[in-house]
Amino acid sequence: MDHLAGKRHLWFALSAVLLLPGIFSLIVHGLNFGVDFTGGTLWQVQFEQGVGTEQIVQALSANGRPEATVQQVGAADEHRYQIRMKELRAGSEEKTQLTNAVNGIAPLNPGGERLDTVGSVVASSLRTRSILAVGAAAIGILLYIAWAFRNTQRPMLYGICAIVAMLHDAIFVLGVFSLLGWFFGVEIDALFITAVLTVIGFSVHDTIVVFDRIRENLHADVGHSFEDVVNYSIAQTLVRSLNTSLTVILTLAALFLFGGSTTREFVLALLIGVVIGTYSSIFNASQLLVAWENGEIQRFFGRFTRRAPSASPDTA
Amino acid sequence: MFSRHGLMLALIILLTAVSIWVAMPGDRWDINGFRADHPARQGLDLQGGLQVLLEARPPAGVKVDKDTLSGTRDTIERRVNALGVAEPLVQTRGNNLIVVELPGIDDPDAAIAVLQQTALLEIIDTNGQPLPEGTLVRTTLGDPSSTNATPEAAGATPVPVETPPPDAPVFQTIISGSDLSNAYPTSDGQTGQLVVGFELSGDARGKFYDYTSTHIGQPMSIVIDKRVISSPQINAAISGQGVITGVPANQVKDLALQLKSGALSVPLEVVSSETVGPSLGQDSIDKSLIAGAIGLASVALFMVLYYRIPGVLSVIALLIYTAITFALYKLIPITLTLPGIAGFILSIGMAVDANVLIFARLKEELRTGKTVAQAIEAGFDHAWPSIRDSNISTMITCIILYWFGQFTGATIITGFALTLFIGVAVSLFSAITVTRTFLRLLVDAGFVRSSWWLGLGRDEAAFLAQQRAMGAD
Repeated sequence: MDHLAGKRHLWFALSAVLLLPGIFSLIVHGLNFGVDFTGGTLWQVQFEQGVGTEQIVQALSANGRPEATVQQVGAADEHRYQIRMKELRAGSEEKTQLTNAVNGIAPLNPGGERLDTVGSVVASSLRTRSILAVGAAAIGILLYIAWAFRNTQRPMLYGICAIVAMLHDAIFVLGVFSLLGWFFGVEIDALFITAVLTVIGFSVHDTIVVFDRIRENLHADVGHSFEDVVNYSIAQTLVRSLNTSLTVILTLAALFLFGGSTTREFVLALLIGVVIGTYSSIFNASQLLVAWENGEIQRFFGRFTRRAPSASPDTA
Repeated sequence: MFSRHGLMLALIILLTAVSIWVAMPGDRWDINGFRADHPARQGLDLQGGLQVLLEARPPAGVKVDKDTLSGTRDTIERRVNALGVAEPLVQTRGNNLIVVELPGIDDPDAAIAVLQQTALLEIIDTNGQPLPEGTLVRTTLGDPSSTNATPEAAGATPVPVETPPPDAPVFQTIISGSDLSNAYPTSDGQTGQLVVGFELSGDARGKFYDYTSTHIGQPMSIVIDKRVISSPQINAAISGQGVITGVPANQVKDLALQLKSGALSVPLEVVSSETVGPSLGQDSIDKSLIAGAIGLASVALFMVLYYRIPGVLSVIALLIYTAITFALYKLIPITLTLPGIAGFILSIGMAVDANVLIFARLKEELRTGKTVAQAIEAGFDHAWPSIRDSNISTMITCIILYWFGQFTGATIITGFALTLFIGVAVSLFSAITVTRTFLRLLVDAGFVRSSWWLGLGRDEAAFLAQQRAMGAD
């Protein structure tokens, strides 16, 4: 903990290592979108006794639903199965027919049924709204931070660094879920977007606490270098950041372990997001401020922008 | 000083007592049925039920606008009320969607069939008797099961939700919804009073003229789904267009909407639906309660071990926070869903955050040599900007989440956003006002002598006490 800001290049490299597998998976495999985004039906049924998934597949296939896939969910003694298929309308004759067919395998518990059907129009509008919501959240927070830090030299810089750290966290969570989708078939639903938006809020919440300290210390000790002020501020807020995250992680872990299967993936997304959000507020957001103040970011990007115009006079 | 903190403490105790009273289940100590009127609302995923997103699919050439849609919504609302569902929700979304939520319904398939029926609008001859609003009637336009009264709504056979008694008189239907071409609120040229204007199409003009010209001075009734919604009196013979006068000004718009949507009889398609069985919901409630209790207990344990006296106070503040939040859920009211509970549990963590910030500051201030009382005040003052800024950013996210949830038609997301927002807002009060008052009172009462109690190391606390003693000499 001696000089966190001095090792910033190490942290940027670590972030790159953390993000790369997820980004690779996002590019190669993408996200495993659930019915909320693709349209279709998720049908959960509960039997009074255990049955084989193939029996359910056969029963559905024999009734004109060859596309249906079946998966057991929840504890084994709950005998719950999740069926995924193209749109099946609640209240339709086909629904009654399929219920009868499935009931023919073993008696169903009517109270344990769950049917989610999403039309394709609704699904595609959800996709657009999700992107809009994340964009609106980013802009809203950017503006608020710029306003809250209006008395500093570069208010927008604080906002931009917080947003970069936030995108870092959002991409990490998306990446992990892309990998989970790839290897374990975990799907993305509307609740997942909610989790990502919450992670964004939490990440910024955490970053602001550090930034606030920097602002305060800048006013107090004018003599120190900016890098020293940032380092001192991180050291001062480190225990608080870890303790806060620990309390949130404790509550989320309780939800993850004991909260039931419906919200498990939602809570997992929050859990991953809180951990990465704490990391990025300490190791990224404030370090970006230093890198900008020292002109490192400008030099880094200058290498690309300067090369093109400087090449032309030589050849002329 | 003591009396001011004492007053604050009294207020906190009073607020807590009221909150616990509002939040507690059952009807013990209920006053005037207040608690019975403010029950805890559970979402579909907790108590089971049905949510459907209906899309208006008008026949070719007919356009659906917001007005017709809200007319259709009113019709659905009436049917849903007739189903006897507690706390139903019927809302329009955009220009062509209607969301219906029916918690705790037993037979979702039958409910969907009822929702999807096209509204059947009729104007009936009441044989001179004025029928009060809400009366169920039988009309010549068919026995519910046999007639298809609105031919343009292909395939949809209108069936009323409730059937009137079989021995009720059968009234003559003069015209039906398809005979109306338009309806709108307007004002009477002579009196300036708000009235409902309407226009008739084709054959109906003659039929309606014949009837109205012979029944001047008598009442007729406007009926939707066999239920009387208005009984105006015939003042003059009407052929092409007419007005309905004597409707209370605040009901003019509604009646016009009813007529207009009845005229269109827009078929509704189910575009999305969600049904949850009741036993699944109960299972979720049990599990969430266990998770919430374990989460709260582990946070409490951590706070007490790490921050000692302030930790104990923050746990008490957290319990008060829980009581106030649950009371607000009932009062506002907020429909609790599984993600909503997750939002609440998450906000417990965030509520503690404000205290963590303050206590960390408190330690720092003690180390600079301040007295315990000074350190408490400085700790709160210096921690405030961080708490404010970070919580406002969370609130911004909540507002955007709420907006996002509105469009998806899912109360699941709006529920999460609302509970998190309320949690953050209440935590600002509990973590700051409540904890601060407790700490001040303890210091005033002389309980906190050593700064060890405020989380400092034993040696450090002894050293600081010594320093201060020397300074005082």
